[in-house]
Amino acid sequence: MTTDVQLSSLYQHLILDHYRKPRNKGELQEATADVHMRNPTCGDEIRLQLQVEDGVISDVRFQGEGCSISQAAASMMTALVKGAPVADALGIASRFTAMMHGDPEAAGDRTLKDLRALAGVARFPVRVKCALLGFDALQEAVKQAAGPDAGT
Amino acid sequence: MGNPDRVDALASTAISSPASGQVANPRPDPVPPLDPVPPLDVERLRKDFPALHQEVNGHPLVYLDNAATSQKPVQVLDAIRRYYEADNANVHRGIHELSRRATEAYEGARQRVARFLGVGDPAEIIWTRGTTEGINLVAASWGGANLGPGDEILLSDMEHHSNLVPWQLIARRTGAALRFLDVTDQGTLRLEQVDEILAGGRVRLAALTQVSNALGTMNPIREIADRVHAAGALLLVDGAQGAAHAPVDVHALGADFYAFSGHKLCGPTGIGVLWGRRELLEAMPPYMGGGEMISLVERDMSTWAPLPHTFEAGTPNIAGAIGMAAAVDYLEGVGPAAILAHEQSLVAYALAQLRELPGIRLFGPEEASDRAGVVSFLLGDAHPHDISTILDAEGVAIRAGHHCTQLLMRRYGVAATARASFYLYNTREEVDRLVRSLETVRTLFA
Repeated sequence: MTTDVQLSSLYQHLILDHYRKPRNKGELQEATADVHMRNPTCGDEIRLQLQVEDGVISDVRFQGEGCSISQAAASMMTALVKGAPVADALGIASRFTAMMHGDPEAAGDRTLKDLRALAGVARFPVRVKCALLGFDALQEAVKQAAGPDAGT
Repeated sequence: MGNPDRVDALASTAISSPASGQVANPRPDPVPPLDPVPPLDVERLRKDFPALHQEVNGHPLVYLDNAATSQKPVQVLDAIRRYYEADNANVHRGIHELSRRATEAYEGARQRVARFLGVGDPAEIIWTRGTTEGINLVAASWGGANLGPGDEILLSDMEHHSNLVPWQLIARRTGAALRFLDVTDQGTLRLEQVDEILAGGRVRLAALTQVSNALGTMNPIREIADRVHAAGALLLVDGAQGAAHAPVDVHALGADFYAFSGHKLCGPTGIGVLWGRRELLEAMPPYMGGGEMISLVERDMSTWAPLPHTFEAGTPNIAGAIGMAAAVDYLEGVGPAAILAHEQSLVAYALAQLRELPGIRLFGPEEASDRAGVVSFLLGDAHPHDISTILDAEGVAIRAGHHCTQLLMRRYGVAATARASFYLYNTREEVDRLVRSLETVRTLFA
């Protein structure tokens, strides 16, 4: 059952702040990865660009359109992975995904920083895919940056 | 019903092309002459719908997603249950008693739906899975046999994807081209373009929705039909929204094909009807092959069963057809004209309150009398999904998204809208709940 408290936690100030003033929004002139993802059922969209140098995400930009959850999550994600080694970024992605699936340990992980404000989304199952859109794009972009032979 | 000023405005655009020689009938209809209809006894009707009586997130459910699908009355649920409990058998095959009963109920349902559409010949009623399958059937079968390079299909920017994508597919296969009527800022079709496009002499078929699922606009189908026919083309009417909300007479409408679904008019999902004029259907090749649709089968060829079975391969959705007939019985018992009047009074009531909300953006015709029971809107910078989540937390179910009308969303420069859609069981108190919950949205997004 949804309560007013849950609703206020879903739409708290930090989330609306990222929604209205997204960090790292825009376009990179040169990018090692450029991914466009879309959630066809609801129309949320994101384009994510990474600049990866020596295994570090040296720069990141996103463009997008969609609900406050999808756009705030993407903004928070870019703020966190900018300057981070690719391996750390993937670690953040997997802990955030665990948090979205209700893992309380992940929700307590301080390294997720602003993203922890989205912990309440886990209680709205139909909105989890909104929060994960940016991270799906991140994982795809990391694969693209690694090149076609990576992992073989 | 009907605003005289608005009618005149439409008429002046309608006769902009004197070459058509048609007398414009600008009513957004065809609703047969309306006797003043008594208001619905909504409190009594609500008792027929078990799903309405529940709490969602601690609040009594307010179901305003009827353009997506309607709730089902016990009369429909009972008809389906009775069939499975007492008469279940395959149709047109067995010589035994249950098969006879099942066949009788199934064919009886066909006759019932024929009457609902004002159709005298039940063989013109083809059972489908829904509107989408009906349109795909016509596009693939009629289109495959009749379209070629240079031919055109006339659509509009307010079509649901189910009345767009099937035509894209057949156009690609045959080399035919698609033409589109624009939509005005007020959410109506730009009727003057009908004559402009028809004047090219290439349109073979127009496929248009009777009622816009995203805006609620009721299109002047009769008027368009006359112009389409004068140009020697055919008209398919997408009745997915139309049949649920107003009386339908396919001949008065001027349709050559009419497709609709059971689930939007109190019937079950997975059943719908395609009606077509007999001479058109008889000239069309089968859409799917299999049992039920054949007469004589040999190794390399077969002959087809007569209408309607030509287009009904395989064991049909027998229970669905019976449920749909029960739904049609129910609707006619309530009175389709009264249902439309009720919806329009709720739309008028909702529009008046919504217009007072700071930050509201409303889509579709200004006058409730030009709409079926649909209100599409945006509120401030809250995304429709956020609006829908907040409303759901207060028990109010609406739809958020592109409503399978991406052309229309692009036309208005938005990715999505929030949509409340009403039906015979909705009340003014429920509209009040909608408006109160939108105040919560404003507070959270302040």
